[in-house]
Amino acid sequence: MISYIGALTVSGLQELGSMVALARQTISEVGERFSKHRSPFRLEHFFYQCDRAGVGSVPMVVLLSVFVGLTMALLTGYQLRIFGMVILVPAVVSVSFTREMGPLFTGIVLASRIGAAYTAELGAMTTGGEVDALEGMGLGARRYLVTPRFLAIFLLTPCLAVISILSGIFGAAFISSLMLQISYGFFLDQVMTNLLVKDVLAGVVKSFLFGGIIGTIACYKGLSVKGGAVGVGVATTSSVVTAISTVIVCDSLCNIFIITFFP
Amino acid sequence: MSKQTMVEMRGVKLRFGEKTVLESVDCSISAGDVFVIMGLSGSGKSTLLGILLGLLKPDAGSVKFKGMELTGLARPKLNDVRTHLGMVYQNAALISSMSVSDNIRLPLRELSDKSAKEIESTVELKLKLVGLDEDKDKLPSELSGGMQKRVGLARALALDPELVLFDEPSAGLDPINGKLINDLIIDLRKRHSVTSIVVTHEMEGAFAVATRMAFLHEGKILLVGTPEEFRNSGNPVISAFLQSYSTHEKSKG
Repeated sequence: MISYIGALTVSGLQELGSMVALARQTISEVGERFSKHRSPFRLEHFFYQCDRAGVGSVPMVVLLSVFVGLTMALLTGYQLRIFGMVILVPAVVSVSFTREMGPLFTGIVLASRIGAAYTAELGAMTTGGEVDALEGMGLGARRYLVTPRFLAIFLLTPCLAVISILSGIFGAAFISSLMLQISYGFFLDQVMTNLLVKDVLAGVVKSFLFGGIIGTIACYKGLSVKGGAVGVGVATTSSVVTAISTVIVCDSLCNIFIITFFP
Repeated sequence: MSKQTMVEMRGVKLRFGEKTVLESVDCSISAGDVFVIMGLSGSGKSTLLGILLGLLKPDAGSVKFKGMELTGLARPKLNDVRTHLGMVYQNAALISSMSVSDNIRLPLRELSDKSAKEIESTVELKLKLVGLDEDKDKLPSELSGGMQKRVGLARALALDPELVLFDEPSAGLDPINGKLINDLIIDLRKRHSVTSIVVTHEMEGAFAVATRMAFLHEGKILLVGTPEEFRNSGNPVISAFLQSYSTHEKSKG
């Protein structure tokens, strides 16, 4: 058991080291392009990745968030009703969605939807020799492939998190008006009263972090694929599992940090 | 007048784990040559191309391109050198999500200072050179193996490299497509003075295109010489290699 944990820790640290190396190499290739007065990536590639990661994920994020918000309000409302505190539902849902649920669900959706796609396509390119071909041309394969993907997911995760928060609050307001006799006006008023700027900031900062984690893991796993089609499958599964686990662990650490230093 | 030395390898060694792939490789390739490297499968021929392109780092030895040492070269410099080299991969290695013309356009847009108009005319020129100007909008998956290799060649030539590396250019192709690729290699040397290194184990193509040849065996180069010197070689390994090929050809005929 101890040796298993030890081996797992060593392999985890090795993977972390390789991810740092990938990030360092990508940054160095970007710097190389700047020094030659060339753009590090093509804007059309960046916008294409933004469309995939951002616009393409909106329906899924909205759907998931509306129903989670709705369920959360319903369950919280029925419990709070016992104590005659049903008016706390808007505050509970809005604060928890802004600080926690919105960024977390967005991270999970993106890790499984976009992270998996990044890993699979980069993995297929690696096994097909396309990455080596790009490198052999002197293009800087990491810069060319990783930069637009990483930036797209890094910059759009907070935007999607905001959409998730608004959708969750809307779902909660809808069910509250329907089943808990809380009007939309009162719900909105309570949200505005209880939601603080630091809650919004905490959610947005966490979202940037989650986007960065998902992008790094997905690209790293894709570019380190070995073993053909089976290898791509293994890497894709590993990418999703690692990204979701890391996002959840990171979320908990962020919460501890925020509660400790910004109570 | 002596020709300029394009590539020089001295004492190149490479191991993958316990396996020694290259023991000590020495050879030099002059400008304008079509230098064919032959050898059995798994003898390290393609590995040599990987080293030359900077994709693999040798454990020891020196690799020079036009007098510039490539081993230990910093990435930006290495990428500069790579723009003077073109590589045609065994599996073509085209970007599968891009059309034929986009594949050729890629190095031009990313690495050259050409205007959009110049890029378009270069793409057309290179596609015409390999006889695929009608297929420019197709995806690589819509092309045959031979056509993919020709697109790979057009992409390799996009930046007008001084040295083109061919990894098994006619492997897996029918005789007509194999000959087409070989004719293109000869044409490049004659009309465009391009130096080529061709890695192959197909004898017919090798003797058709080579101006000089080398035989790689167990990590070492056994012989470097002209095709004629190869045919008359008394080296038992090379003789056996040539013999087995001619026996195979006779049995086919």
